[in-house]
Amino acid sequence: MFKHEWLETNIGLLTVATMLAISIGGLVEIAPLFFIKGTVEKVDGVRPYTPLELRGRDIYQREGCYLCHSQMIRPFRDEALRYGHYSLAAESQYDHPFQWGSKRTGPDLARVGKKYSNEWMVQHLVAPRSLVPQSVMPNFPWLLTNQLDYSDIQDRMKALRLAGVPYSLNKAEYDANVKKFGAATAKMLDITHARQNLIAQAQENNYDGDRSGISEMDALVAYLQVLGTMVDFSKYDDDAFVKYR
Amino acid sequence: MTATEMGSNEQYNFEVVKKFAFMTIIWGLLGMSIGVYIASELAWPFMNMDIPYITFGRLRPAHTSSVIFGFGGSALFATSYYIVQRTCQARLVSDFLASFTFWGWQAAIIMGDISYMLGHTQSREYAEMEWPIDILIEIVWVSYLAVFVGTIMRRKQPHIYVANWFFMSFILATALLHTFNNLAIPVSLFHMKSYSLFSGTQDAMTQWWYGHNAVGFFLTAAFLGMMYYFVPKQAGRPIYSYRLSIVHFWALSFLYMWVGAHHLHWTALPDWTSTLAATFSIMLLLPSWGGMINGIMTLSGAWDKLRTDPVMRFMIVALSFYGMATFEGPLMALKDVNALSHYTDWTVGHVHSGALGWVAMISFGSLYHMIPRLWGTKLWSEKLVGVHFWLATIGVLMYITAMWISGITQGLMWRAFDQFGNLQYSFVESVAAMHPLYEMRAFGGMFFLSGMILMAINVMMTIRQGSTESAKATAAKLSMVNA
Repeated sequence: MFKHEWLETNIGLLTVATMLAISIGGLVEIAPLFFIKGTVEKVDGVRPYTPLELRGRDIYQREGCYLCHSQMIRPFRDEALRYGHYSLAAESQYDHPFQWGSKRTGPDLARVGKKYSNEWMVQHLVAPRSLVPQSVMPNFPWLLTNQLDYSDIQDRMKALRLAGVPYSLNKAEYDANVKKFGAATAKMLDITHARQNLIAQAQENNYDGDRSGISEMDALVAYLQVLGTMVDFSKYDDDAFVKYR
Repeated sequence: MTATEMGSNEQYNFEVVKKFAFMTIIWGLLGMSIGVYIASELAWPFMNMDIPYITFGRLRPAHTSSVIFGFGGSALFATSYYIVQRTCQARLVSDFLASFTFWGWQAAIIMGDISYMLGHTQSREYAEMEWPIDILIEIVWVSYLAVFVGTIMRRKQPHIYVANWFFMSFILATALLHTFNNLAIPVSLFHMKSYSLFSGTQDAMTQWWYGHNAVGFFLTAAFLGMMYYFVPKQAGRPIYSYRLSIVHFWALSFLYMWVGAHHLHWTALPDWTSTLAATFSIMLLLPSWGGMINGIMTLSGAWDKLRTDPVMRFMIVALSFYGMATFEGPLMALKDVNALSHYTDWTVGHVHSGALGWVAMISFGSLYHMIPRLWGTKLWSEKLVGVHFWLATIGVLMYITAMWISGITQGLMWRAFDQFGNLQYSFVESVAAMHPLYEMRAFGGMFFLSGMILMAINVMMTIRQGSTESAKATAAKLSMVNA
């Protein structure tokens, strides 16, 4: 007959029993997510971030944007009208870490890409209340004046590669990316050319409206403008993703 | 004779308990001040001042780390070291390791706060500290486990007191959570930045498994351990039901680990996971209330103490808030309720009814009990404890009322349609509607903080009084010897 007294009088047994009790829930809920097919939907278009977008994402994290903005649209009618198609798991499959957020002090940003012009984005980040008087967002004027540090961009991409993001370091990986994402995207994912790619994207798009250098604003706006734009939902039926839920 | 020499000859190591108790007060003042400041930033955004280091996004993790790990963590170290020695009638197994946990823990939180302000963050809620600090925490935590288990092994009687089960469960669970949630790949050995090992859905699940169990074990199981010692002590009565404590201990430890995914209802996390989490959240109501009932009923037969003893009042009101928050939690974990409450201030209010109402209040009560005993004196002012109680209670009530109203208002405004089937409100209209409620929240926080300031004064005066008394006693002893 089991007696609870055994546990109460033996620290070893108590430790083992407690470890058992606290391990099961996490094991059952987390481990299968890595193995069950369909946890992440099969969908075209989702690619890792370009070097410039990646640096923008780093800045998004640095400034704590995720504390007031979610990036996860739920499958409700009002959210569809306000933000667009509900978010897929596939759309954040290269997000290390995820940025789904937990609070909407400001609106969801999962599909903010291409909804506003670069000029609007820059002005809104520097002085939100000049465009939206009731906003409570802080001003971020330093994003325009801080030059972007991209000296370590290759190290950053290498770290992400170790975590499983398909940035390529050699010919075989590059070829695999060409097959998976197409040649144009594969070039942007090539770690050896990361710096040139970063500079080229910033110069070509001139996000911050200032061609004299690459600012942190260039990177952040490049990131914001790609959010939620990778999947072309017009290619899929309305209920195409229901089976994954 | 130096203080350390004297310390090592005593039956218990109270030096480290005193240090942690002192830092609990300091972190309480600091963390709650930052809280009031960032609440004010949301009400009056000019307070961000265009200074990167103090914008809401960088200060918010400094607030959560300071109050959860600084204030709450120091309170837990202090009380667990006190309780484990008292209930085992044994001195801490290693003075060096205990002292290391003190300095290591304080260093981790200070470095965390500074690094957030400089922009280093993992952007994982309640685990924002970057990888070098995480490694320090891991080492401190293993030392804590060693000190705690080692001390229990030295106990003078066969039974391990129930408070210590809760502390054990909290220490083990926190080690597990901290390790797996912080798996990350640093950019380089000399770079603060790291990228989490997991991505997207799996990362979200891991983070909220951590996030909710930081609440479940750090802010609940451990504080129940505190409750199981100090409530019976202050009431002068035994725990209401030993059997209930056994049942609710195991149920709580087992069930909590399943519920994290209720933070991810209606997201891209698969339905089976969030449904499982919702189910377990409902079940969790039972062990939660088991703890509350066991605590409150301990007072049965001594209810008059509520009228006469402000310290007891803190403890019982803490348990009441615990009961309320653990009822509200399962309610919010229901998918239909969550559809409205998620992403809104309701969640913020819920957390604070637990954090201010339960965690802070039970800590205040326990510290008011423990500090005079540590310094061998009486509280400097019982009256001030009474004032603190009312300031704190009014503060919490203002805070959570404001957040209930603003949260439900947000939820309803976001989903409101006009007669043509269009969205009735733009997002910013909901932001504007929050303004008076954000002001009310900030004022609630100020009430709570002013209570904390009174406590700091009371504690400092108590310590001073204790030191003078012990100096006098020593002098008297010496003069007797000389005579």
